[in-house]
Amino acid sequence: MPEYISVEGLREDGRRANELRRVEANVGMFPHADGSAYFQQGDTKVVAIVNGPKQGVGKAGDAGKVVCDFEMAAFSTTQRRKPLRLDRKNAELGSKIASTFESAIMTDLYPRSQIEISVQVLQADGGVLAVAINAVTLALMDAGVAMTDFVCACTASVIDGTNVLDINHYEASAQGPELTIAVLPSSSTIVMAEMKSRVHGDLYAGLQDLAIVGGTTLLPLLKKAVHDRTRAMLPCLGPAA
Amino acid sequence: MLRAKKFARKTKSGRVLTVSREHYLRDDIGCSIQGCATCTVNPDTLEPTSIILPDTNVILHQLDVLEHQAIKNVIICSTVLDEVKHRSLAAYNRVRAMLSDKKRHFYVYSNEHSKHTYVEQNKGESPNDRNDRAIRVCVKWYNDHIKQVMPTAKDAKVILLTNDAANLKLATADGGIPGYTVHEYVRRFVDDPAVKDLLAYPSDTFSKVMAREDELSEPFDAYLNETAIQQGIKGGVYLQGVFQASRENPNEGFVRVRGRDDAVLVIGRDMNRAVQGDVVALSLLPKAEWKAPLDVVEKRGANVLVTSTKLEDEDDDAVVSEPKPTGKIVGIVRRRWRPYCGVLVDARPTDTHVLFSAQDERIPYVRIQSSQTAELIGQQIVVAIDAWPSKSRYPVGHFVRRLGPIGDRETETEVVLLEHDVPYEAFSQAVLDCLPSETWTCSDAPDSLAKRRDLRHLNICSVDPPGCTDIDDALHARELDNGNYEIGVHIADVTYFVRPGSALDKEAAKRGTTVYLADRRIDMVPGLLSSNLCSLRGGEERFAFSCVWEITKEAEIVSTEFFKSIIKSKSAMMYSEAQMRIDDKSDNSELTQSLRVLNSLAKKLRRRRIERGALMLASTEVRFSMDNETNDPVDMKIKEQYETNSMVEEFMLLANVSTAEHIFRHFPQCAVLRRHPSPPPANFEPLLKAAHVAGVELSTASSKELAVSLDRAAPEGKPYLRTLLRMLATRCMMQAVYFSSGTVPQTEFKHYGLASPIYTHFTSPIRRYADVLVHRLLAASIGADITYPDLLDKDKVSSVCDGLNIRNRMAQYAARASTELQCCVYFKGRPTAATGYVTRVRKNAVQVLVPTFGVEGPVYFDPIDSSKTAPTLKFDAEQLTLDVTPADGGQATTFKVFDEVQVLIQVDESDAQRRRIVLKLMNPAVAGVSVSAPKDVDVEPGLADEGAIVEDITGEQQQQQQQQQQGGAGPGGDAMHTDEDGGDEDEDDGAVAQEDAKDVARKSGGAGSTPGSARKGADAKKKGKAAKAKKQSTTPKKQDKAAKRRASKKKGKNSTKRSKRSYSQE
Repeated sequence: MPEYISVEGLREDGRRANELRRVEANVGMFPHADGSAYFQQGDTKVVAIVNGPKQGVGKAGDAGKVVCDFEMAAFSTTQRRKPLRLDRKNAELGSKIASTFESAIMTDLYPRSQIEISVQVLQADGGVLAVAINAVTLALMDAGVAMTDFVCACTASVIDGTNVLDINHYEASAQGPELTIAVLPSSSTIVMAEMKSRVHGDLYAGLQDLAIVGGTTLLPLLKKAVHDRTRAMLPCLGPAA
Repeated sequence: MLRAKKFARKTKSGRVLTVSREHYLRDDIGCSIQGCATCTVNPDTLEPTSIILPDTNVILHQLDVLEHQAIKNVIICSTVLDEVKHRSLAAYNRVRAMLSDKKRHFYVYSNEHSKHTYVEQNKGESPNDRNDRAIRVCVKWYNDHIKQVMPTAKDAKVILLTNDAANLKLATADGGIPGYTVHEYVRRFVDDPAVKDLLAYPSDTFSKVMAREDELSEPFDAYLNETAIQQGIKGGVYLQGVFQASRENPNEGFVRVRGRDDAVLVIGRDMNRAVQGDVVALSLLPKAEWKAPLDVVEKRGANVLVTSTKLEDEDDDAVVSEPKPTGKIVGIVRRRWRPYCGVLVDARPTDTHVLFSAQDERIPYVRIQSSQTAELIGQQIVVAIDAWPSKSRYPVGHFVRRLGPIGDRETETEVVLLEHDVPYEAFSQAVLDCLPSETWTCSDAPDSLAKRRDLRHLNICSVDPPGCTDIDDALHARELDNGNYEIGVHIADVTYFVRPGSALDKEAAKRGTTVYLADRRIDMVPGLLSSNLCSLRGGEERFAFSCVWEITKEAEIVSTEFFKSIIKSKSAMMYSEAQMRIDDKSDNSELTQSLRVLNSLAKKLRRRRIERGALMLASTEVRFSMDNETNDPVDMKIKEQYETNSMVEEFMLLANVSTAEHIFRHFPQCAVLRRHPSPPPANFEPLLKAAHVAGVELSTASSKELAVSLDRAAPEGKPYLRTLLRMLATRCMMQAVYFSSGTVPQTEFKHYGLASPIYTHFTSPIRRYADVLVHRLLAASIGADITYPDLLDKDKVSSVCDGLNIRNRMAQYAARASTELQCCVYFKGRPTAATGYVTRVRKNAVQVLVPTFGVEGPVYFDPIDSSKTAPTLKFDAEQLTLDVTPADGGQATTFKVFDEVQVLIQVDESDAQRRRIVLKLMNPAVAGVSVSAPKDVDVEPGLADEGAIVEDITGEQQQQQQQQQQGGAGPGGDAMHTDEDGGDEDEDDGAVAQEDAKDVARKSGGAGSTPGSARKGADAKKKGKAAKAKKQSTTPKKQDKAAKRRASKKKGKNSTKRSKRSYSQE
């Protein structure tokens, strides 16, 4: 049986149980989009693009609508997979992301409008949904969409009786229960939670706490990415009045 | 810091993928040396002195040295640890054990994840070279680190240990890393001379170890290299399988290949140094070269044949059996060597090269070198095999440790336990800390009490074998107003005390089962629970888990209910006692009435079960009576069976089936169940052939047909025939196993022996861990207890079940081996004439079973006077007969299967180190071969005989505290046999189902609270506080072989006088 966590407490890639993977973020690299961001956690790399708010399609409502188009690049996994015309799995992830952000975006400010998000996964190495949500948060900030808070997402799992944070693809093959949680860090409100398998009730509380801590830890990293972008934009505004 | 790890991997379908993984390098991996102020994360395991850092090969080959207490302060770097784990899980586990021992100062340095010591593989560098370099870098870093952070610690340094000359040279050249070979290190730095004997021989010095006489003129064929083997196996040129040496003939073995029904035969040289259990690669010989197994029983000693000439001789007498697929071993995929218990062979005190003979007769002799031969003669010792050079007749190994004198009871028992991997050490303090106080009573747990149903008013009683202290089941019956009966089975509530995840729980899971040896019991849970707080003793309030049915007069179940309860057993009876109550017409007490109800319902249940096709297989149960003083067996007889045995058994079966249905309904994925697969038709071949020769046609299409045809077998002048057939049928069975319901399709749940579609074990949680799991599931399903994650994970449950299956099998084998041992003690100095039956005819011997004693073994036709010529044997494979013509040309005697013969049972002491029971032919008389009964046949042994087993009084006194009990029972080993008549508890050697009957039987070993033992206790009291003794009983399990017995005994601590007494059943 493979050993996912050594007796010395190191995971296969050298992290300890409660450590995140390295994070890289880049905001606003696509000038034609209203907002864009690249976010990477370990070897999971995601690009998010935001267009809008713009005129809503179909029946207009009082609140703005969020739609999300989620795609995995054919080369994103170790085994190249053929893109399907209608991929239910992707559609489901897309709608999950859309509804997550409906809880964070002040949609009342955008009546009869629609905000279009598209997510491209360039490389998938575990925790795709969480990384995508983080990327989308940055892209929305870049687009200037009004939000109540950052949305930070992170995964947690239980492997051999230990709670581990931010699992990669190899660790996911341990078949532990994988929890993805998105939180609004300032209030610790959970806006999305997804569990991939059955889990015993005794384990859940610990998993959830760990995932929330993971999300909260990400906040300063996301903030910094936004600040960097804003600072870079300052000169465009011209000299301060 | 980050490094990407990239490598290519091939998928099952053959595609090559590039896998990329992150590899983080850390700066917080501590050196762990005490006093280092620089390293932040520092467990402080190592003392600032001379520290050694061994490489992989040192760990794999010199583990016995490292395990010696004289070796302290060792760094294992993770590169090494990973390699060790990859190459030998057993070695890895031993390393882990040392690492967790604080006194040893072992530390794992995760060099692969430290930024100081990580090294990239260079271009053109092999992975092995890269790892060697990583280890050197690690040593270098340590030494630099020490110099830097503790310049005052002059003694502190890290030494590389490697037996690889090239590596050592690089190390010393490479910046002067201190390095030695293990041999040099031990010679120069280790004071304890005992360590030297533990050194395994490095491969370049095999020639020194090999005694000259071992050298073969023609070496074994060299093994293919690893790549060739792997490619050959993948390409189908070679087969991979597990090598199984024959117990009967050291020149033969089989390789079991996955996906092949028949094992591949390997003969003589073609075994090519494979040892029992090794995973080997073999090539099939062309069909023309296939051979038949010799079908002879080879006496031990002719170990390991090396020339193939002998085989040719054998071929003279026409090939009788069909040739089987035959192969030749071309390489070893994985060695499965372990330390072996055994003795030296023919050693003289001055010898330095001696041969070692393992207890397990499938293991070849091992050549070892020792400077202390004189002290090892007459001792049981442990030896590890190091290698088997191609030029050597025997593998070479080294001495590991000494167990004690041969024949000593403690030593021999330890051998049995070690050989069967039975955990027998005393319970740790952490486990004992989980126990309630000794004065605990049910009223100490008001919370639990409040939730339980109070059944203390019911007439509940338990019925067990004599001497049972771990009573886990009790029964009651009462008539309901509507004319139906309410029947209750109450099982000890072990899970109340054994909480999931506690140290106690882990220990019980590890032990898996209580092991009953002939003279002692190795408990699964500490004695306070097994013999007291859980045991449903008479007249005491106990927590129980109850299964209560409403049953009609026709024994149809109307409803079933499970709940936790508190009970007070009115009486803990023995089978005989319960039987007497039932038979005593004048006894009309309520308790007796309910026993009668139970008995009559049990008969109906039993009839119905038999109609469904449950098998009634035969077994005779043997019980030893023990001498209190020496604990030697003084009597051995078949155990009586009462109706009450099957009464209890029937209700236990019913409870188990009801429980199985219930937990499967509530936990379809993770229910712990027990199944007994149908035997493949090939298993029945020997039975059918033997039956055919005896004029009986059996049908084996289903258990029902088998049962019916066995019943129909008409004995013509051979009243014993039917029982013999039943016993042979028992041996055809598969092993019953535990499994998790989510891992096996439901169609395969059935229990063949019991003809039940679903089955589990619920009724003996005191002595079986599977029952503990079942109790937890059942409790969770009725809301009486909580679940926990591992209980509901089907894969975890499945792996626990696999472990339990292995433990159970080992426990059975250990019980058999122990019985065999006891048998030797019993028959020593007491040659006994007995009637036996031929169960199998071989080319050079007949297998004879003596049911009275449950002894089975080969009868050879060697002349009494070894200077005479042996009789001529003619074997007919069709008719299963063997014609024995005396050398002087007298009348031939024909032996055929199921013949009745008279044999003399005696102990062969020609080999003082290995006593064994032998059967000598008495009647029919064959001139020059048969023996006549010696005058002193069957005499009570005098004191002189007891010398064989040296009694260790101190040892016994130590044990007296733990209630000592012995369980009997084991199924017999090859040499013995036990059977029980008409039980359906079939366990057989492989076992059939273990049914509760056996179960019930098994616990009989308990010493204890039965009236019988109480009486004895009273007797003993009269003698002052002195000794009391106990008794024992045996129990049955039926198995195809073997006898069992158990005895228990308790002695007063200060006992100075001891009584000698033997007890029979009461």
